Amino acid sequence: MARIALDHIAHSYLPEPKGSADYALKRIHYEWEDGGAYALLGPSGCGKTTLLNIISGLLTPSEGQVHYDGRDVTGLPPEQRNIAQVFQFPVLYDTMTVFDNLAFPLRNRKIAEPDVKKRVLEVAEILELSEVLKKRAANLSADAKQKISLGRGLVRSDVAAILFDEPLTVIDPHLKWQLRRKLKEIHEQLRLTLIYVTHDQVEAMTFAEKVVVMYEGEILQIGTPEELFDHPQHTFVGYFIGSPGMNFLPCTVAEGGAQVAGGRIALDPATFSLAQNATGELQVGIRPMYLELHDTAVANGLQASVSLVEDQGNCKIVTVQLNGTTLRARLPEEKPAPGERVWLVFPPQHTKLFADGRLLQEQPS
Amino acid sequence: MGLTLEKLDKIVGQEVHLKDIDLHFEPGSRNVILGRTLAGKTSLLRILAGLDRPTRGRLLINGEDYTGVTVRKRSVAMVYQQFINYPSMTVYRNIASPLLLAKLDTAEIDRKVRQAAEMLHIEHLLDRLPAELSGGQQQRTAIARALVKDAQLLLLDEPLVNLDYKLREELRIELQAIFERRESIVVYTTTEPAEALMLGGNIVVMDEGRVLQTGATPDVYHHPGTLKVAEVFSDPPINYLQGAVSGGRASFGEGIQIPLSGHLADLTDGDYMFGLRCNHLFLARRNPDDIELSARVTLSEINGSETFIHIVHGQDGLVVQDEGIHPVKIGSALSVFVNPSRLFVYNGGGELVASPVQGRY
Amino acid sequence: MDKWENNRAWFLVLPVFFIVAFSAIIPLMTVVNYSVQDIFGPGQRVFVGTEWFEEVLGDKRLHDALWRQFLFSGLVLLIEIPLGVVIALLMPKKGWGASASLVILALPLLIPWNVIGTIWIIFTRPDIGLLGAAINTMGIAFDHTASPIQAWITLMFMEVWHWTPLVALLAYAGLQAIPEAYYQAAKIDGASAWSTFKYIQLPKMRGVLTIAVLLRFMDSFLIYAEPFVLTGGGPGNTTTFLSIYLVKIAVGQFDLGPAAAFSLIYFLIVLLFSWLFYQALQNVGKGDVK
Repeated sequence: MARIALDHIAHSYLPEPKGSADYALKRIHYEWEDGGAYALLGPSGCGKTTLLNIISGLLTPSEGQVHYDGRDVTGLPPEQRNIAQVFQFPVLYDTMTVFDNLAFPLRNRKIAEPDVKKRVLEVAEILELSEVLKKRAANLSADAKQKISLGRGLVRSDVAAILFDEPLTVIDPHLKWQLRRKLKEIHEQLRLTLIYVTHDQVEAMTFAEKVVVMYEGEILQIGTPEELFDHPQHTFVGYFIGSPGMNFLPCTVAEGGAQVAGGRIALDPATFSLAQNATGELQVGIRPMYLELHDTAVANGLQASVSLVEDQGNCKIVTVQLNGTTLRARLPEEKPAPGERVWLVFPPQHTKLFADGRLLQEQPS
Repeated sequence: MGLTLEKLDKIVGQEVHLKDIDLHFEPGSRNVILGRTLAGKTSLLRILAGLDRPTRGRLLINGEDYTGVTVRKRSVAMVYQQFINYPSMTVYRNIASPLLLAKLDTAEIDRKVRQAAEMLHIEHLLDRLPAELSGGQQQRTAIARALVKDAQLLLLDEPLVNLDYKLREELRIELQAIFERRESIVVYTTTEPAEALMLGGNIVVMDEGRVLQTGATPDVYHHPGTLKVAEVFSDPPINYLQGAVSGGRASFGEGIQIPLSGHLADLTDGDYMFGLRCNHLFLARRNPDDIELSARVTLSEINGSETFIHIVHGQDGLVVQDEGIHPVKIGSALSVFVNPSRLFVYNGGGELVASPVQGRY
Repeated sequence: MDKWENNRAWFLVLPVFFIVAFSAIIPLMTVVNYSVQDIFGPGQRVFVGTEWFEEVLGDKRLHDALWRQFLFSGLVLLIEIPLGVVIALLMPKKGWGASASLVILALPLLIPWNVIGTIWIIFTRPDIGLLGAAINTMGIAFDHTASPIQAWITLMFMEVWHWTPLVALLAYAGLQAIPEAYYQAAKIDGASAWSTFKYIQLPKMRGVLTIAVLLRFMDSFLIYAEPFVLTGGGPGNTTTFLSIYLVKIAVGQFDLGPAAAFSLIYFLIVLLFSWLFYQALQNVGKGDVK
């Protein structure tokens, strides 16, 4: 196990990058704690796989250093970093049995055969593969194959971190949650450093203690699933996490609140005072589940028209038009569908303000 | 009028792909076929398209027998799971291809292609090749090609399943609006209850090659006729606890007893299955008559805007949907609450005997 | 109303059916016909049953040619398959080097077979041939027309030079199809180059190597033009392979009956061995270990 530090990493696939647009990774400076479960989350092309490859050693970054427990490993290949990796598609030694697959990394490291056997049996037990140890790996289902790929990392007692590159892509939907649970259990049990790359928010937020949201080569926010949902630091995080994503309205600061096209939205005092000193383009943001709809005029209510009500069974998604801006609200199942005309209320504690895409918040002193 | 399937079977070798299918689709209707993988959704679509011939039964279009007529002679457009486009043609040519085959004049083709491209927001990509597009844009191109044809029958076979969830979200909303404006019969297959509900219209719930239930989508959702339908039409699948009714009281789960009232009042004595949808389970008491279930957490999953907590109550695994995103520790003990008015009740044969009254809580 | 006009598709198969019938089945039936009759001239034929087959199966020279043929095909497979794989492993994976090596490899495959023999005759001539003269200058007496061993060595060199590129190209295609992740996983697992070859590259090349073995076996077992041009089956009969001997019987002696019987036996041997190889290679590394 190890603490992994990324020291001012930047990477470009071009030999002579010019502008920042040429960089696949812009400037990453972060330390991964020992024993943490992390997810790298972002849409395709955001740089998450590049970052994973830099951590694993498949890529050497154009700038910056990678440290494992303080040791500079920037130039070292994967095999000298003691990491294990699970790939998008199961990578197995087809001609070997499950047992031999799991034993392979140990035998390559010249571990004595009795120790190999003991360790393989232990790991097979954890992964529920004991029954199939004598079977040929090539004949198993995709989820068992991915467990074997993971097992080849788990058998090694020296492993610094296990990296996952969208490992559930080829798994049937109803088996996905079983594997997610297995991964979680393994993390609780073994406290290994796990880094998991995915574009799927369910996988990321279920798996990880800390989710790293990436967009266009930058880390936008690192936080617990709860923090990403309730306190997105960036409009992209607000949009990408949650379904539907956060609502945003362009606004200006007015007396006691934010002035939007359809009226005035009250802000809590702290946000309001930050807003007065803010520069750049301002936007109000609110999660659909916090946006209140009222059938009659209420204090601080903004009048809007309902354009669509989607019954999703366990909730209703209501699309409203507020003076040309489209907003979505999420109603619990028991609430009846609203009429054509509604009054919107933005509860101040859930109403966020963003300047040039970034959340306005008090700087930690 | 419309499209009718009569007593249709499809048997390949020893395997039954479809059995006793009787369906009717009205012109201009939106129809969702909901079922898990291998439920027979794709087999049914292929027969609707004329790509396969049923082993038994008839397919009528506006009353005329079309059973043996090939796809070329029918007015059908289809969108697949995979993003299928002509790789060497530009997006424009891809969309135009059915019109070029129909030998329309150039101005007409141009107008229709641009209209379809605009509808799917790919008008700025018309000169690109499919390989230069993202997955979402490729599928938009394939959908535009299907729409431009103005076919009587528009078939979509899990068109969004291979897209990122954010793209899926956007396209679902757009498709809904697009379908609304069309006069053709739309048939859309999906494995996801949420998608089915969103598209609305009528639903056909399938399992193992058979039709389980049909009707207006929200009606079927709120009154799933069998336990199997409730399972397929809830995501995660509906929770159920075995129980019994005797002497005016229902008992189920770990020693839970409640008096019969409301929609449960008419239950006769006997064994039942009690179904609970995961969004009707709460982590806090909301009404005085709520039932309390003590349980242990096995996993919490976070899905978009809600947390799914997998718990064990006695021997039974249940899933609770909690609004918002909250950390829950695996292995910890907790209590969940459900109101008796939210219970679905199934008899020993798995048939619905009582379902919650809508809009009342 | 049209019912399954798709049935018309069967008409598309008809041309192929006729071509196969005329090119394979009818000639084969003719051969069968010849193999059971003694033909003296037009209209004069006698049914002789299995007489030709008995004669052919008892022919000592045919036995010799058959063993020679097995030895030859065996050596071809033993040398060309491993050599081809090694060449494929050494070839650059991408860039201009990959294209260049592909072109160079493909060159011997583009030369007509009889020209190959001619090239090697000249190349190995002890008096003026570049190779032959060079070896003789080094003090080794070399003349493949006089020494059976040297004839075989020359023949093997020619064969390997001519056909190993095919094996290498097939193996190369197989290697290119292995996803990068497999190599990364092997590195991470600490696998040596040999283990990587044994557990990843070789199993993943099984399909193409099966094809390579089949093609090389059939071709080498049926070889005619190159040795005929190079050695004419000599010195003595030491390089007379089955096809050369068959031609001698059929064209040299005009014994059509025995030649036909011989051809059928020849055909069955090739079929049998191809099937055996195919089965063996398909089953390598499959099924569970008990």
